Amino acid sequence: MLEKTGIPTPEQLEAIKPSKERLAKGPVAIVECFQEIPCDPCYTACNRGGFLPFEDINDLPRTDEEKCNGCSICVGFCPGLAVFIVDETYSDDEALVTIPWEFTRLPAEGSQVWGLDREGNEAARVTVKKVRKSAKKNGAHVITLMVPKDKAYDIRSISHKE
Amino acid sequence: MRIEKHPILVFEKGPKVRFYFDGKEMEGYAGEPVAAALHAAGVRVLSHSQIHNRPRGFWCAIGNCSSCNMRINGVPNVRSCVEPLKEGMIVETQKGKGDLNA
Amino acid sequence: MLETEVLVIGGGPAGLKAALSAARQGAEVTLVERDPFLGGQLVKQTHMFFGSKEQYASERGVNIAKILSKEVEENDKIRVLKDTTALGYYEDRRVAIEMEGKFETVNHKALIAATGAQENTLVFPNCDLPGIYGAGAVQTLMNVHGVVPGNKVAMVGAGNIGVIVSYQLLQAGIDVVAIIEAMPKIGAYLVHASKVRRMGVPIYTSHTVVEARGKDCLESIVISQIDDKWQPVEGTGRKLDVDVLCVSVGLTPLTELLFQAGCKMAFIGELGGHVALRDINMETTVPNIFVAGDVSGIEEASAAMVEGQVAGLTAAKNLGYGLDDYEEKVAAAHKELDGLRRGPVGGKIRAGLDKLYKEGEVAV
Repeated sequence: MLEKTGIPTPEQLEAIKPSKERLAKGPVAIVECFQEIPCDPCYTACNRGGFLPFEDINDLPRTDEEKCNGCSICVGFCPGLAVFIVDETYSDDEALVTIPWEFTRLPAEGSQVWGLDREGNEAARVTVKKVRKSAKKNGAHVITLMVPKDKAYDIRSISHKE
Repeated sequence: MRIEKHPILVFEKGPKVRFYFDGKEMEGYAGEPVAAALHAAGVRVLSHSQIHNRPRGFWCAIGNCSSCNMRINGVPNVRSCVEPLKEGMIVETQKGKGDLNA
Repeated sequence: MLETEVLVIGGGPAGLKAALSAARQGAEVTLVERDPFLGGQLVKQTHMFFGSKEQYASERGVNIAKILSKEVEENDKIRVLKDTTALGYYEDRRVAIEMEGKFETVNHKALIAATGAQENTLVFPNCDLPGIYGAGAVQTLMNVHGVVPGNKVAMVGAGNIGVIVSYQLLQAGIDVVAIIEAMPKIGAYLVHASKVRRMGVPIYTSHTVVEARGKDCLESIVISQIDDKWQPVEGTGRKLDVDVLCVSVGLTPLTELLFQAGCKMAFIGELGGHVALRDINMETTVPNIFVAGDVSGIEEASAAMVEGQVAGLTAAKNLGYGLDDYEEKVAAAHKELDGLRRGPVGGKIRAGLDKLYKEGEVAV
């Protein structure tokens, strides 16, 4: 349970998953933010209405999956590092997962690294597709990984050790 | 230990200086707290408690608590966690409450 | 003797905002800061802040320190005294300070105490061994001075500070073997907990440190599960080899000056300990003495900044400055504070403030 371990439950994760139809269209933001905290930069960072307006700053973020194009700007603005981009359409057997990254290790594009699940376990070897500076320009990076399709909803980090 | 690489921060250091810890020559950067220079050199025992003579390190690192009091240039009870390091400083482990006449 | 209209003690998020707000309303301000730099504990906050644009959301604390310090240093109405420690409050309303090794006093018309807080300790066998530090202390050593105190760390306390510092230790290349929390639930924002968990750091709720071991310095700790009566559960003890233990079990407001000044005080656990009774505009029971930030009740730095604004605006108003737009500005600030405190994570501070205002009614 999330409050005891820091790991969201399968039910919580299922509830925020975009629709099958939307996933079939390409990259989309998935926000793993399950607690009402006073925080709204995901909404203000998006300039295409990809997040529904906050009525209260404590609202949980909700994406407008038709307006979100998976551009990943919000990934660098979320103070909780809780926004990920999933693109299920990348290839027949691989999906793209984009993660926020705040460690010194910057793997080379094309290299293979361990993809970690939400417990920090090594879930699969993944290929680094792209390493970019965060849109917030604050030292952080945004990394896009090619992961086995069945791990697209498990892998949320990579190992920070070389 | 000093952090060599950091994803967010760049550490600006003053010039390298020499100082003496319990008679031993050591190196640190001018302006950093004495306790930081000592920790970078692996020294974590800074004083000994007044009654039971137990080893003490720092606790708060921002000058609140006095756990890190040391004898510096002959003056006891200097908060080593906020005292800027200078060239040639004589730093000594403090035993007990400190004595101005020692 | 120095003269000023508004004396602000403490150059952290609350004090910086208080100084700026009072000065922008037209008051002449003196800001006293014991460190040789401004920013208070913001200077070690490498994580991005929550909140909204008004409280610099998404900005790292260390950057907020730079932004606010620059605004303060460039403001002609603010005199900044760094390397200066407030020593005491005297009966003739003067504040004694130590400035560059010299004794001085400051006469003032209004005082804003933004003195912050100190880290709580935790008592267990050998809790005084070198290698056992406040979590904020390790954060200072690591993020301000670029030094880490060891190789393998355990953290006690899964509140925001404990979880954030654990993550920052990983960023500095140090192993964190466990986060140990006595409560059955994680107190930190859960997104912080998730980001450290997915880097492989286990969080043990309903666990405590039974003892520390080591000769001159920490070598290991023993942890154990605890039951709902806080007693160790037999057979769950486990030794962890660590050379650093960080303790993050809350903060206590630094209120000495307020006691000296004769402010009516009350012990309110939800606010971290003794705090000065105050009205909603941060004025204590002594007219023209204000509080802002952690000294008025332990809370996030975002709220501290807004409290500083309220105190600064009101201090200036009491001296006759900014009367035309005071109501509008202070209402906007209260709206921000209300937003920060309204949600489920604001429950504790709301309970504390309810008690504080009730005590205030009794005191009046």
